[in-house]
Amino acid sequence: MKIAIASGKGGTGKTTVAAALALSLTEEFLAQSTLKAHTLLGQPPLFLDCDVEAPNAHLFLNPETRREEPAVLLIPEVDEAKCTHCGVCAQVCQYHAIAVVGKHVMVFPQLCHACGSCTLNCPEGAIHEVPHTLGMLLGGPAVGNIDFAQGVLNVGEPMAVPVITQLKRWSGAADGRVIILDSPPGASCPVVATLRGADYVVLVTEPTPFGLHDLRLAVEMVEALRIPLGVVINRDGMGDDGVDVFCRQHGLPVLMRIPFQREFAEGIARGRNLLEVAPDRTVDFHRMFSAIVEQIGGVSS
Amino acid sequence: MKILVTAQSEGLDALIDMRFGRGAFYCVVDTETVTCESQANPAINASGGAGVQAAQFAEELKVDAVLSGHFGPKAADVLRAAGISMFLLGDSETVRDAVSRFNAGQLQRFD
Repeated sequence: MKIAIASGKGGTGKTTVAAALALSLTEEFLAQSTLKAHTLLGQPPLFLDCDVEAPNAHLFLNPETRREEPAVLLIPEVDEAKCTHCGVCAQVCQYHAIAVVGKHVMVFPQLCHACGSCTLNCPEGAIHEVPHTLGMLLGGPAVGNIDFAQGVLNVGEPMAVPVITQLKRWSGAADGRVIILDSPPGASCPVVATLRGADYVVLVTEPTPFGLHDLRLAVEMVEALRIPLGVVINRDGMGDDGVDVFCRQHGLPVLMRIPFQREFAEGIARGRNLLEVAPDRTVDFHRMFSAIVEQIGGVSS
Repeated sequence: MKILVTAQSEGLDALIDMRFGRGAFYCVVDTETVTCESQANPAINASGGAGVQAAQFAEELKVDAVLSGHFGPKAADVLRAAGISMFLLGDSETVRDAVSRFNAGQLQRFD
């Protein structure tokens, strides 16, 4: 079962919630709960940090890197000896990543979406594809034996999506376990790439006008993706009731409220998991997990 | 000489547009007769690579130079490869004034 933790507005607490949820589903934290018998909880969860532009979940889950693989995109390379500068490659490219100017062919790797159109359409067979490294995939065991993986986009590369899709594929099968996807902020392509295929989306928000504004956008996006969703209100008490009113009007379940408390912020700032700072919150995370399972009607893979 | 000036609307009395890749209109000017032909920029709504597309468009028009407020790195690469010179404009002049300053050699080249 794949649970994605997203937001809309950045900085609302996605990673805090995702890392705490993951920890709550490990053996030590399940010991006192009836949930430990659940079929999906026989092994610790898989955690994917899909915020490849600014991954930070590793700060709270302390993984050991045991495997690494470059995230790669296949981009065109032109054999100038065979090229007749006919310009067909530039005409078919939807992204303007290849340009033919006089007797020069120019490739712009940062614009290339690796669709292969130029390579396929070259009448002289002068184009072949070469790997262009965009970033790195890293994985290994983390606290509580959580199976952890993250993607890191190289500085200067504009496209996060290929790293995210490769991370999801690299991390292997989902059957019989819980997968937690820590999403990037916002509602654009990297978020959609993270959420695709998820069974449930948790939207973390803050009870302020900014939080509400971006929550609306995120809800629209998740509803367009047709994935069931619920809301976590973090820093509850710091703002107004706009988010509550919106959730009620929209029929969105509020799965959890995390109050605005200084010691939570201090703990997070020190890289401590929320459940280390406030272990009594474990029960809330278990309750949230049960509510999610019930909302989507049982076990899905 | 044939030059391209980015403009906010059509005609020689239009204000120049500071953007090259996403400039609203392209005014193709004959510097000797000071006449122009304006067209809407085909690259303006490209989701990416607007500069690359605009520079290729300039090459197809066979202009010798392009006048604008700013050139992005990809547009500049393509224009350089095409042998088209780039010149920088101030932010509130008309196309006509820009052409006069060009003809008087008063414009700064962008390399």
